[in-house]
Amino acid sequence: MLKQMEGSLGVAQAIALCRPEVVCAYPITPQTHIVEGIGALVKTGELENCEFINVESEFAALSVAIGASAAGARAYTATASQGILYMAEAIYNAGGLGLPIVMTVGNRAIGAPINIWNDHTDAMSVKDAGWIQLFAENNQEALDLHIQAFRLAEELSCPVMVCMDGFILTHAYERVDIPTQAEVDAFLPPYEPVQVLDPADPYSIGAMVGPEAFTEVRYLAHDKQLQALKRIPEIADVFKDVFGRESGGLLHPYHADDAETLVVALGSVNGTIKDAVDTMREEGHAVGSVSLCSFRPFPLAELGDVLRHAARVVVVEKSLAPGLGGVVASNVRMSLRDSPTPVYTVIAGLGGRPITKAGLERVIKDAIADDLPDVHFLDLETDVIARELERSRDTRRSGPTAENILKDLASVAGNRGE
Amino acid sequence: MNSDSANNDTGSKEGAANSRANQGSALQRVKFYQTGTHTVGNRLMDEAARSVQSSMDRSNAITSGHRACQGCGEALGARYALDAAMRASDGQLVAVNATGCLEVFTTPYPETSWQIPWLHSLFGNAPAVATGVAAAMRRKGRKKVSVVAQGGDGGTTDIGFGCLSGMFERNDDVLYICYDNEAYMNTGVQRSSATPPTARTATTPAVGKAPGNVFGTGKNLPLIAMAHNIPYVATASVADLHDLEDKVTRAMAIEGARYIHIMVPCPLGWGSAPNDTIRIARLAVESGLFPLFEAEHGEVTKSHKIRRRVPVDDYLKPQRRFAHLFGKEGPDKAALAAIQAMADSNIKRFNLLDAGDDT
Repeated sequence: MLKQMEGSLGVAQAIALCRPEVVCAYPITPQTHIVEGIGALVKTGELENCEFINVESEFAALSVAIGASAAGARAYTATASQGILYMAEAIYNAGGLGLPIVMTVGNRAIGAPINIWNDHTDAMSVKDAGWIQLFAENNQEALDLHIQAFRLAEELSCPVMVCMDGFILTHAYERVDIPTQAEVDAFLPPYEPVQVLDPADPYSIGAMVGPEAFTEVRYLAHDKQLQALKRIPEIADVFKDVFGRESGGLLHPYHADDAETLVVALGSVNGTIKDAVDTMREEGHAVGSVSLCSFRPFPLAELGDVLRHAARVVVVEKSLAPGLGGVVASNVRMSLRDSPTPVYTVIAGLGGRPITKAGLERVIKDAIADDLPDVHFLDLETDVIARELERSRDTRRSGPTAENILKDLASVAGNRGE
Repeated sequence: MNSDSANNDTGSKEGAANSRANQGSALQRVKFYQTGTHTVGNRLMDEAARSVQSSMDRSNAITSGHRACQGCGEALGARYALDAAMRASDGQLVAVNATGCLEVFTTPYPETSWQIPWLHSLFGNAPAVATGVAAAMRRKGRKKVSVVAQGGDGGTTDIGFGCLSGMFERNDDVLYICYDNEAYMNTGVQRSSATPPTARTATTPAVGKAPGNVFGTGKNLPLIAMAHNIPYVATASVADLHDLEDKVTRAMAIEGARYIHIMVPCPLGWGSAPNDTIRIARLAVESGLFPLFEAEHGEVTKSHKIRRRVPVDDYLKPQRRFAHLFGKEGPDKAALAAIQAMADSNIKRFNLLDAGDDT
């Protein structure tokens, strides 16, 4: 049914349709509305046979989900930002144990400086924890990916993170098509665990493993991701059959076939990128884009096949690896390791800074003109940087950087009479 | 020390002598308590009152072949606790384990000592994982399956404390058992918040003006558990395994969050003889340093009376971690008096002596 609603609420309803048996809730902006929505559905009785557990931390949230999943229940939680870091140990543990937990990440920056707005640093900080990571482009896809995530997770016995941009998606009111319970039931069979805590068939889960077998266990985690590469598009196809719309898959190319310049990105910014592609195509530029839906597993071959024909690739990413540049870009380069195609890194949208269509068009044109540095920071205020660098050169006790910059911006605004 | 540890060998020689004496005279008084251990002789008890461990159908939840050190109090305590829990739950039990000695010595790859479904996740999350298992069992319609979570003192009083407090506060249906050996033994005897004052550990070395762990620090987790107003809290000791089994059995009959704190001496970390484990645990109880009690909904309901009170010196002396208290320059009277004061305070607080019994 078509409804106009907040992204978080749409996801809450999608989760409820997946019949989770244990949901753990701990508040952190901007994912909080999702668990609030699920909690309300449990409280009213609309979502039956579900334990909604208010826990004391993100570490506990995922730990409760680990116990529930190992005991054979369909388990779900949601988090963001600092919450990801606080539960990082449990994230690796759930991945290592191969427990099919589904978790929403309402992507948000990580401090310091503390910042509640959107970027992808949180998801990137745990990209190699053995979880599948899917990125939603819009609220409909966020909703749909959760339904697919349970099926994928449980088929492979591997946890799945569904990443949706904080505020941009979680708090945006958009029209979404909420599926019926019958449709979801037809798509998502009940959870049949591959390992379960059962007094009738007791075994040990989580035993110590030494050098004699650790590599093999880790290899199998990699192998699971390779299986996911195959299953993600297949499950998206089945989803289309049942629900009548395309959602998910490994990647979404846009005007990619004849593009000389291809822009690669994760998540909601692909909407703006497509608008920029449309405008630039009207201006005669052979531009296209690729929205990466699956970041883990990383579709090296599939992405390489799309990118190889382009003259250049521009990766627009909301994460920064200080001392290296782009996290996504370095992965994208791996898919082009047999090709000389230049891959530019554009760091954009950190801590919620808007990524504008004009800004994107500017960097794409710079790339076309071969006038883009290897790593470029979109809309970086170079004057502010220069003044702060000068301050810290002149004074040993120059004070906290973030506060200095805020003061600097305030005084600039004051001088302009704002 | 030597004569005491000989007594501790369950008095088997004496038992044989008794039975010979019994043959000689039917009027010979049956010696109900074995010398040294104060443990009620199992075979002399009513069948229903005998220990779970002595039963032919005990579950051997932690079976033989594990890699615990000689004289490990934790291995002993865990075996008694879990076999009692298995009997109480009619075999419908799941155990969750924090990282630590118990986890490591029971699961040397590719073997496991666990005869029950067992899950180890992390060091600090056993209570939360157990909450998840219990929630899943409820939703799966398997309400008969009970969940026990367990960890050492580090996993319980320090790194797992947040999750434990959360589990208590929500009154989740989990029995949490802490095996307290008063330091991080698995990593090589470092101080935890359960390490007593003056104890030597790798991070509180016995050097300087105030050797060992400092006074005025540490947590009393049974009291903190009681402050959560949970239905059942108890302390137990491997010195009284009947009592330990009884408390586990009692806890298993209660719904909600339950906590049992078991003192388990660690010969390696405490610098005690492996065959002294029971004796030292008993001295901790008999000195008043480790009070045995039960509490319901925040109120102490029962405390185990000290049978024969001993000064704290008797407990401290056989342990090398306290050796600096009895150095060449003579005993550290101030420190010993302060520890004695702690024992005295426990005795008063938990009413550990019968009236007129303070001998």
